[in-house]
Amino acid sequence: MNAILSLSELAPAAASTGRLDIDRVSIDLGAGADRFTALQDVSVHIRPGEFVCLLGPSGCGKSTLLGALAGHLTPSRGSLLLDGQPIGCPDPERGLVFQHHTLFPWLSVRDNVAYGLRMRGVGRAERHRQAMTWLKEVGLEGFEHHYPSALSGGMQQRVEIARVLINQPRVLLMDEPFGALDALTRLKMQELLLALWTKRRMTVVFVTHDIDEALFMADRILVMSARPGRVIEEIRVPAGRPRTAEWLTGATFVDYKRHCLALLRDPEVTVPLARLSPLSSARVADTDAAYPD
Amino acid sequence: MTAHGQQSVARRVLPLLSLLVCVALWHFASSRHMNLGLVTFQNVPQPLEVVHAAWDLLQSPKLQNHLGSSLSRVAFGFLIAALVGVSLGLVIGRFRWVRETLMPPLEVARPIPAVAWIPLSILMFPSSEGSMIFITFIGALFPILLNTIHGVHGVDPRLIASARSLGTRRWAVFARVILPAAAPSVLTGLSIGMGTCWFCLVTAEMISGQYGIGYYTWESYTVQNYANIIVGMLLIGMLGMGSSALLHRIGHALMPWYSPGGRS
Repeated sequence: MNAILSLSELAPAAASTGRLDIDRVSIDLGAGADRFTALQDVSVHIRPGEFVCLLGPSGCGKSTLLGALAGHLTPSRGSLLLDGQPIGCPDPERGLVFQHHTLFPWLSVRDNVAYGLRMRGVGRAERHRQAMTWLKEVGLEGFEHHYPSALSGGMQQRVEIARVLINQPRVLLMDEPFGALDALTRLKMQELLLALWTKRRMTVVFVTHDIDEALFMADRILVMSARPGRVIEEIRVPAGRPRTAEWLTGATFVDYKRHCLALLRDPEVTVPLARLSPLSSARVADTDAAYPD
Repeated sequence: MTAHGQQSVARRVLPLLSLLVCVALWHFASSRHMNLGLVTFQNVPQPLEVVHAAWDLLQSPKLQNHLGSSLSRVAFGFLIAALVGVSLGLVIGRFRWVRETLMPPLEVARPIPAVAWIPLSILMFPSSEGSMIFITFIGALFPILLNTIHGVHGVDPRLIASARSLGTRRWAVFARVILPAAAPSVLTGLSIGMGTCWFCLVTAEMISGQYGIGYYTWESYTVQNYANIIVGMLLIGMLGMGSSALLHRIGHALMPWYSPGGRS
């Protein structure tokens, strides 16, 4: 495992930017009598380059938290810091990817990918050059002149990821990005994302309600519960990188999956994970050693 | 011949055939001066007379005046309506306070048919040209405005959020995202507006015009030149059809990604 990770092209110097400090954040949504607390007193600290999944049922405030990190929502209380700076307006340094239908249908695939560069005033030739590089990276060479509607759902998400990563964000925020894809396409996209992340090491905050997906992708899973939205448990995933099919079918995986399922279904009475699976703590320590801060 | 070939021939022949049948029925009814009780063809000119009248008009220098007047009135009224309707629609659709300020008067004005504006517009505009352009403007304004608002409301908020996160400034969102996303709906408004534009123009010309196809049609009635009435009617139909087709072409050229009724 360590031999693979030490290959320089796979793991360049550990990320130095992209630290997120979410400190006692509450977010109220709606107006007047409909006002409700979507997120209550959430504190999370995310290391630079860490891959964190927010896992929870719908209505648990995971998308709300993501929206606040992106700058589309302002916390009612608490503070959000990126590398020590308060998070303000939406900014390309915090790239945002939704589930689907957020490519610009009137722009070609290449112009969609180059959009962020255009907003920054980068010249046309340079825009196109970089867009082509990114299209190659996500495996869409030859599709640059297509309109998004001519692409399959999986291909559209590839464009989406390239469009965000071309801006070299410090943080990648993803809101159930593969939720609308079929199982096989989803697996391919998960592998693609992990490969891109391994290479670039930006911080990823990934919202999902799919337990398998969270366990496959994340360093750390924050399990959330609804009404009001809050973090009820933090799980360090005891698996090395790169993750393989072995991990996906092993006994530890099944233990963790069962635990997550119980948490999502019945958060109040679920037994803590340590007692459920005493072996796991040793593996967590091992994983931490492989990923020094 | 293959089944496919037969199909395409049928597709080309059928519209022609249907037009021919209409003309034949018209010829039959008018040449026999049919009287069906409720409706009578006694004073309806025959197709051949109409063709002669059309030929005469084609030779006449007046045709250019009539066509020019009507076309320029429609062009002015429509362009102003498009400009006002689309820009108003964009801000009304996007900002709640603009909507709450502007919608009440617009909602009162909307059900008033453009034709009902004719007397007032004659009083308000010193030139009859101005009043006729105003009528076509009123006719086209509301379909364009309402469809633009509808289009803006239909823009996915996540599309705007994505654009903002990619570095689009607050005001650039209008040009970069909202206008193109609402464009198909705007085009629908423009097509409907073009239709009502012609409808209103012809009515306005019948009442206060000098020159113009509507004026020509009504004048033909007053001087009892019945064949010319039908020439005028057909001209109006063809001009309306032509301008709609032109609009469709322009829309298609500007929105190559968009195919109505489904994914491209």
